[in-house]
Amino acid sequence: MDTTAVAKTGTEGKLWGGGSQPLKASYGKLMMWFFILSDALTFSGFLAAYGFSRFKYSSEWPIADEVFNHFPFLHGTDAPMFYVALMTFILIFSSVTMVLAVDAGHQMNKNKVVTYMALTILGGLVFVGSQAWEWANFISGEYGAVETRSGKILQFVDASNDNKRISITDIAMGESGTERTRHNESEGIWYMSEKDLPSVTLQQVKTGFEANENLRVRTMTLNEEGEKTVLDRATSLDYLNNRGIGIIEGANLTKNEYGAPLFADFFFFITGFHGFHVFSGVVILCIIFFNVLLGTYERRGSYEMVEKVGLYWHFVDLVWVFVFTFFYLV
Amino acid sequence: MAHDTAHHDSAAAKKRIWKVFGILSVLTIIEVILGYIRPSALVHTDIIGMSILNWIFIILTIYKAYYITWAFMHMEHETKGLRRVVVWTGVFLICYLIAILLIEGGYIEQVYTDGYITWEF
Repeated sequence: MDTTAVAKTGTEGKLWGGGSQPLKASYGKLMMWFFILSDALTFSGFLAAYGFSRFKYSSEWPIADEVFNHFPFLHGTDAPMFYVALMTFILIFSSVTMVLAVDAGHQMNKNKVVTYMALTILGGLVFVGSQAWEWANFISGEYGAVETRSGKILQFVDASNDNKRISITDIAMGESGTERTRHNESEGIWYMSEKDLPSVTLQQVKTGFEANENLRVRTMTLNEEGEKTVLDRATSLDYLNNRGIGIIEGANLTKNEYGAPLFADFFFFITGFHGFHVFSGVVILCIIFFNVLLGTYERRGSYEMVEKVGLYWHFVDLVWVFVFTFFYLV
Repeated sequence: MAHDTAHHDSAAAKKRIWKVFGILSVLTIIEVILGYIRPSALVHTDIIGMSILNWIFIILTIYKAYYITWAFMHMEHETKGLRRVVVWTGVFLICYLIAILLIEGGYIEQVYTDGYITWEF
């Protein structure tokens, strides 16, 4: 093909003159970087949208330390952030084992690649499991709240106990004040049923609240100290009796007992999308892992595929570092 | 001989990995401790519209992100061209996005607070 006439450009031999690989990266790796960059922009979009909503409701956003304060086997203990810190360590450590697998691949050491990749997959699975536990706690909730007609929530504290939160099920007493029962599919004319009714009714909470002089209402509004505002007894009664319209227990996509409904939406969406990345990362790791076991890359003479999946895995870790900061710390 | 060199490189690479792991761990622990104690001096002092504590968290996070990208994703071994294509593009677009959305969010918050309509009734 040397005979093909191509005009000389005068840039032959220069880095970008053509015929060379200026970025010195293989096609696959380059494409992985492209993907990571676009995915990073997607996550930034989500996190920036979270920031937007948070700025919009900055005077009433839930306090993360109060929402995420569970730790396995330490039921009832207030342990803010420790669990999520543990999850962060698990993910960082799985990143370390991943990079060690890549390094072993450079030395064409199949056994080590296998060990380290297995550890990485294990770390990923533990992380996804931890996230499921976190979700379960978030969804089931702890104290419950009363919804007001303007869509805000009222939480309850015990003034005799240092304004500690108190659960609506502990407050509730007396008659339920309603004949309402759960609507089952069998009773409807169309195949529809509803979810479980709240464990207590608004009427019971009102009765219980009036009976105990020490109870106070806590609103969503943050005060100067950055804490939720606790109302005095008279205002508490006024808010509860005149504004309360229903009970909220736990969290779903439209309501949550922690505060602004958007908070739960973003939590589900962003950690869910990240969890989905971890999960797909585990699946891809498994595929590569079995290829390593079968000796595919040994025969190919290069473990670059491990490096590529490694890039993806580190990216998932990278995203988590930001999610951790913006959801749990800031 | 070639084998020796490879072995030496690998030892250096391993050392680097564990060092970076150490740095990332220490930074995370600092974040968790600060997040747990929330020293009031840091929480209640603002710089450019945000508390010092939040600035510390964000700077530490970016520092962690730098180590993950450079050491774990081997960005430090890539050519200058690839590095710039990926990092500059991302950083520029993300800064733009964040600036636009946060300014707008702050504005809406102001409308909610200072407007003549009550949102709590």
